[in-house]
Amino acid sequence: MSIILDKVNYVYSEKTAYEVHALKDINLKIEDGEFIGIIGHTGSGKSTLIQHLNGLVKATSGGIYYNGRDIYDEDFNMKELRGKVGLVFQYPEHQLFETTIFADVCFGPLNQGLSKKEAELQAFTALRSVGLPEEYWYQSPFELSGGQKRRVAIAGVLAMKPEVLVLDEPTAGLDPQGRDEILDQVAKMHKELGMTIILVSHSMEDVAKYVDRLIVMNHGSVMFDGTPKEVFHHYQELEAVGLAAPQVTYLMHELRKKGIPVDGEATTIEEAKASILKCFQNRENRS
Amino acid sequence: MIRDITIGQYYPADSVIHKLDPRVKLFGVVIYVISLFTFRGIWGFLLVTLALAAMIKISKVPFRFMVKGLKAIVIILIITAMFNLFLTPGETLVTIWKIKITKEGLKSAVFMAIRLIYLILGTSTLTLTTTPNQLTDGMEKAFRPLNHIHVPVHEVAMMISIALRFIPILVEETDKIMKAQIARGADFESGNLIKKAKAMVPLLVPLFISAFRRANDLALAMEARCYNGGAGRTKMKPLKYQKADHISYLVILGYLVIVILMRVLL
Repeated sequence: MSIILDKVNYVYSEKTAYEVHALKDINLKIEDGEFIGIIGHTGSGKSTLIQHLNGLVKATSGGIYYNGRDIYDEDFNMKELRGKVGLVFQYPEHQLFETTIFADVCFGPLNQGLSKKEAELQAFTALRSVGLPEEYWYQSPFELSGGQKRRVAIAGVLAMKPEVLVLDEPTAGLDPQGRDEILDQVAKMHKELGMTIILVSHSMEDVAKYVDRLIVMNHGSVMFDGTPKEVFHHYQELEAVGLAAPQVTYLMHELRKKGIPVDGEATTIEEAKASILKCFQNRENRS
Repeated sequence: MIRDITIGQYYPADSVIHKLDPRVKLFGVVIYVISLFTFRGIWGFLLVTLALAAMIKISKVPFRFMVKGLKAIVIILIITAMFNLFLTPGETLVTIWKIKITKEGLKSAVFMAIRLIYLILGTSTLTLTTTPNQLTDGMEKAFRPLNHIHVPVHEVAMMISIALRFIPILVEETDKIMKAQIARGADFESGNLIKKAKAMVPLLVPLFISAFRRANDLALAMEARCYNGGAGRTKMKPLKYQKADHISYLVILGYLVIVILMRVLL
């Protein structure tokens, strides 16, 4: 069970003055149950890349294989793929339309051809797993706060029971608390439901904290692909392309420069805290 | 998905026509359209073809790009040609069951089709070489005398430029909403008419909400910068005629004279 991208190229508005080569020879293998982060500055091709995963955008050249089957085959069921690879877009405003939140979440499963009862059951489970309090369920989705709208949008995709959940900047424009709540919820789904998660983000802190594998996009190509630690090890190269490592990594490097033997590879606050405390302990032991 | 709409789209290129004053281009297009609907016979047709070909050549916009705009009018084109073909009385050429095709009908169908195609090509040369802002600036200045009879020229120009400005934004937004709903299994293509109309609801509701929100934001942003209509408002780039503009006026007038002469003499 995997998604394989083989030499995928994508060109916007081919052969006009507006031509943009958005993806260049992308080769990726996404295994089942991975938690992947994709980072890159605006226009690096992140959004275009993830829209290839469920066939919304057709590659100009190259192949995409879902569980070993070519998704560009004539007889491939695209609609089924869109149920399997759930894509949540950045702005919930682009998908909410029903009179109540519950009805809106039912939209996906109903499109899959489920009966009303089954759809409602799946909507119920989905709304539960995004942690939206039940008192909101029969309100209009337009009256919610930004963070709650995000949850409803995620639930709308989750209700289709996808195997892979792709989130395009789910935390943009949220306050720190809303951000943590959403990401904790996503991490929980990854752990409990064993879902493959692909998280597109601008926040280095977020990806460092949650993902197991990090893909860095730059000018339509994959620049780095590895664990967050491996990737943030190249923090100087990341800076050169307008990205950065998490703040705490810089702090650790500064401390090392001052001659304090902390772990320069730490990417999360927890790791840094442990490493700094260890330093203090060693010093106390010596004295 | 719907990026291919070319009507009203600007195509950046470095050509003489791109740099002309929008008023000259507007005037030119008006004269062109008049000539298009008054020419008679093969010579008139050749003259108009020549003018159009020259315009396209000088504009440096790829012909392929212009033809794309024609796709939108194919149906209108076929219907008009049909009406002309079957409903013009005259000398009968062929009779199929009760329908007669006349010589006059064939002639007027062909000319009507050509006129419509040339109309789209000619006017899209204007919109492809002029940004919407330049165009409304030109219109505002050209129609300014109407202010004296209390026509709100500035307001109308502002409305047109805002409307034009929002077309690409709303097109892009429609594209995004469609993608978001397709990702949730929505189907905009198959089914009968009623099913298709119903399928539009998940697209139209978010689109309308966003359009109203944008309109509201824009109004606020304009008010915050003390916009209060056209009175006393100056331009950052006032329109001024250059040498090329004067020459173009002469060329257009020359064309007009030839068109009139041909019409009178031939």
